[in-house]
Amino acid sequence: MIESIRPLLAILCPALGALLIVLFGKRPNIRESWTMLASVLQFLIIISMVPIITGGEVIKCTFFTAFPGVDFGFEVDAFGLIFAITSSFLWILVSSYSIGYMRSLHEHAQTRYYFCFAFAIFGAIGVALSGNLLTMFVFYEILTVSTYPLVAHDQTPEALFAGRKYLAYLLTSGCFFLAAVVLTYHFVGTTDFENGGILTVASASRSALMALFMLFLLGFMKAAWMPFHSWLPTAMAAPTPVSALLHAVAVVKAGVFGIVRVVCYVYGIDLMSELGLGIILASLAAVTMIVASLFAIAQDNLKRRLAYSTISQLSYIIFGVALLDPMGITGAMIHIPFHGFMKITLFMCAGSIMVATGKKNISEMAGIGRTMPVTMFAFTVGALGMCGAPPACGFISKWFLCRGTVEAGELMLLAVILISSLLDVVYFFPIIYTAFFGKREGTESSLNGGKPKIKESSMFMIVPIAITAIFSIIFCFPNPLTDVILNLAGIAVGNLGGV
Amino acid sequence: MLLVEQFPVLIVTVGVFLAYTILLAGWVNKKLPFYLCFATISAQLVMAIFILRHVLTVGVIHYWLGGWRPPWGIEYVMDALNGYVLVVLLFLSLMCVLYSKRSILHKIEERKVVTFYTIYQLMVSGLCGVVVTGDVFNMYVLFEVASLTSYALVASAGGKALKASFNYLVLGSIGICIYLLGVGFLYSVTGTLNMGDLRILLPPLYGNRMVQAAFAFILAGFGIKMALFPFHTWLPDAHAYAPAEISAMLSGIIIEVGTYAFLRISFSVFTVEFLKQLPIFEVISWLAAVAMIYGSVLAIAQYNLKRMLAYSSVANMGYIMLAVGLSTSTHSALWGGLTPALMHILNHTLMKACMFLAAGAFIYKFDLWDIADFRGLGRKMPYTCAAFTLAAVSMIGVPPSVGFVSKLYIILAALDAGKFMFVAVMLLSTLLNLVYFWRVIEMLYMRREEGEESHSSSSKDEIPLSMLIPILTLASLCIIVGILWLTEIPLPILDQVNALFGLGVYATP
Repeated sequence: MIESIRPLLAILCPALGALLIVLFGKRPNIRESWTMLASVLQFLIIISMVPIITGGEVIKCTFFTAFPGVDFGFEVDAFGLIFAITSSFLWILVSSYSIGYMRSLHEHAQTRYYFCFAFAIFGAIGVALSGNLLTMFVFYEILTVSTYPLVAHDQTPEALFAGRKYLAYLLTSGCFFLAAVVLTYHFVGTTDFENGGILTVASASRSALMALFMLFLLGFMKAAWMPFHSWLPTAMAAPTPVSALLHAVAVVKAGVFGIVRVVCYVYGIDLMSELGLGIILASLAAVTMIVASLFAIAQDNLKRRLAYSTISQLSYIIFGVALLDPMGITGAMIHIPFHGFMKITLFMCAGSIMVATGKKNISEMAGIGRTMPVTMFAFTVGALGMCGAPPACGFISKWFLCRGTVEAGELMLLAVILISSLLDVVYFFPIIYTAFFGKREGTESSLNGGKPKIKESSMFMIVPIAITAIFSIIFCFPNPLTDVILNLAGIAVGNLGGV
Repeated sequence: MLLVEQFPVLIVTVGVFLAYTILLAGWVNKKLPFYLCFATISAQLVMAIFILRHVLTVGVIHYWLGGWRPPWGIEYVMDALNGYVLVVLLFLSLMCVLYSKRSILHKIEERKVVTFYTIYQLMVSGLCGVVVTGDVFNMYVLFEVASLTSYALVASAGGKALKASFNYLVLGSIGICIYLLGVGFLYSVTGTLNMGDLRILLPPLYGNRMVQAAFAFILAGFGIKMALFPFHTWLPDAHAYAPAEISAMLSGIIIEVGTYAFLRISFSVFTVEFLKQLPIFEVISWLAAVAMIYGSVLAIAQYNLKRMLAYSSVANMGYIMLAVGLSTSTHSALWGGLTPALMHILNHTLMKACMFLAAGAFIYKFDLWDIADFRGLGRKMPYTCAAFTLAAVSMIGVPPSVGFVSKLYIILAALDAGKFMFVAVMLLSTLLNLVYFWRVIEMLYMRREEGEESHSSSSKDEIPLSMLIPILTLASLCIIVGILWLTEIPLPILDQVNALFGLGVYATP
């Protein structure tokens, strides 16, 4: 165990960034450079912790003792670091993308937007690095509140409704989370995350432990498991960069991250299987995976379709961890970054299409692949990944999940994964087909018979899209980057013990 | 005798003396009353801080008025409980007097300003007196000083405030009379009015119906004073129509002083043994739980911001009284005993005063009372709105604000006492808070002004600095104090209270 203030520095970057953003609100160029600077610095600090963690150490940073047995502070382990790396790296790209997006659309209240964005990242990284449930709760709530102004950004009645719904769901869930944290503390006198869990059969009666687990699940409504998912499609009223980073990575992943934390580090694998909670969680996830995919098929609005796809994919992670076996948990952990990269690509493509052509619905997108080749190519990569097809990295995580089901001996669950993958194909391929091969009615290009003019959106947006798409492919092949993530996941799973 | 041991009486007498000096000074110079009032309250606050330090490091201060030994003479007693309440009380009074410098001219005519400060100073001194005294009859007298002046201050806004003030006067007088009745009962069975003396004489009489009735009268009397459900009916109107600084005082400290008086009688005159004989605190907890839900539901139904805040105060008194109700059945070193209740007294003071002052700022600047009219205020008054938002978010209980700490401690206390029902009530009340506070925040920042383009920014139009400073101070304290509570630095003060009364870890099994 190493004492270090690096976790503190890492979360201070966005906090100070937010402050400077407000101070320089009147000068857009300086304001945006603070965002970029904060994101890059934060990423570097987080990356600097990787060698320590892969060396088998844990970084601790304690501020004060809130209650006996509960220190308010950070503890960085391999699993937390995976989430932190993903969020902070993608923040750099999305910051650049935001600049392009917000300026192209001449959006209002940009200072508020960047301020809240930085604060949301502050919350997300705080969740990733916290060392116990209480600290996690604090950042979890900060994340909820700071994203509200982003969801309601448009200030249209529709956006305001989305904002209200967002808060109603997530702060209610915060109440359940708080109750669960306090009960856990009441039962065992600590809320620290420990390999193998802190709760035991002796901590409380069986029914109390089951009820507590339900409270935790309700507390993690950010994971958008069904039937508590409907805030997520509604929240798509937000500007696209928000949907991209927060509703594909930071916020929703904070939810599944919390579930994994609770399953592996609060309950522990042994207790989970003893109480039979694994199978309950797995069925919940399985239902969400299938039903959300079916919902996705019915959506015409591209962002909403992606939102349902997110709901379905988040449940892959819950599903993996619910298998309670090393392969499944590894799959779940690596699906956090992999899905992050792929989904953010898809969302950024959706935003790019909207900025360049103003189109939001899939049915209007015929032939768009010819005018926006880079965007649509990146979209295809992301979509392949979602379906779990090589050469995109979704294949790797799905491979682990499938092996997990086999090793857990649950062939029914294997079938669920395969069916869900099939459904992914059903709702993604029509988009790609329409974009590349669909014919626009009465367009000038068909009349002229010439080549359609290439009309991409600004470079601020195209570059991040290309980068995430390339990463989605790179992760599928053995290389140092993939190794880091697999390594971290390996360490996290290896430490769990009892698996 | 050390100088600091004279402070309890000085706080009260200097305050009362200066109140009349203010009246005279007002003839000389119209600006003088504010500065005199400000200086006096600052001096009182400094004394209060010295007292608190002395109490914590050396021990309880006993001051005999005129050198008469108790139980014949009146005694002022300072321990950790009233030392703490006194500091909170005077701090808020200072913030409100600073705020009133500009805002009061908006509410009342200039020639009445002198009397306003006179009465204000009298009220603060009366409240100090209630807090420092160790004599049940003296408490009655000083409570009357504080109450009568507060009726006048509520009425000073004129118009609807007159009716609200009359309503408050009738109910407040009934409350204080019932209290006096209780004191009379106690005197008739024991022949003494000194709290310390009563504590010695009462235990053999705990079974006596007279004593039990006395306690019931005192509870009902203070129940009205602290607006405990179902005695809260005077509160919404009085809070809504009084001038902003008086609303802040009413909600932030006057009802809390009622709570203090109740605690003082319950634990200093009576003891935990008496309270455990009868299901008193059980009943109080349930009343408090009802108050929390009822207050919040009615707050949702309000369209006038100050009335909404007033109903929120009813709910928050529920929080405090729930924590009081749980105090005899908790045993933890941290959240046992009175700790959560006293904690929320300070927390509620900070949050609610900040919001009332901000609400007053909206009225001062644009004469806006209704939440529906607040569209776009976030642009026009960025600092005030930010402070309001901070306090409101704190009220909802978002960490690491004071509201979160209160919520956490009360939930932990409820679990410690084994009352799971109250945990659910607390959480439900949080959600109701969310509903009515978020409505305001949304209106301030998110609603577009009708017929206005989104890009046109309306120009800034902030309130004067002397009004802004108290608001911003209170708002920033909502976060700072929250973090301080979490680090447990101020907890030894509250721990001493528990030690004094044999609560929490100090409880005898």
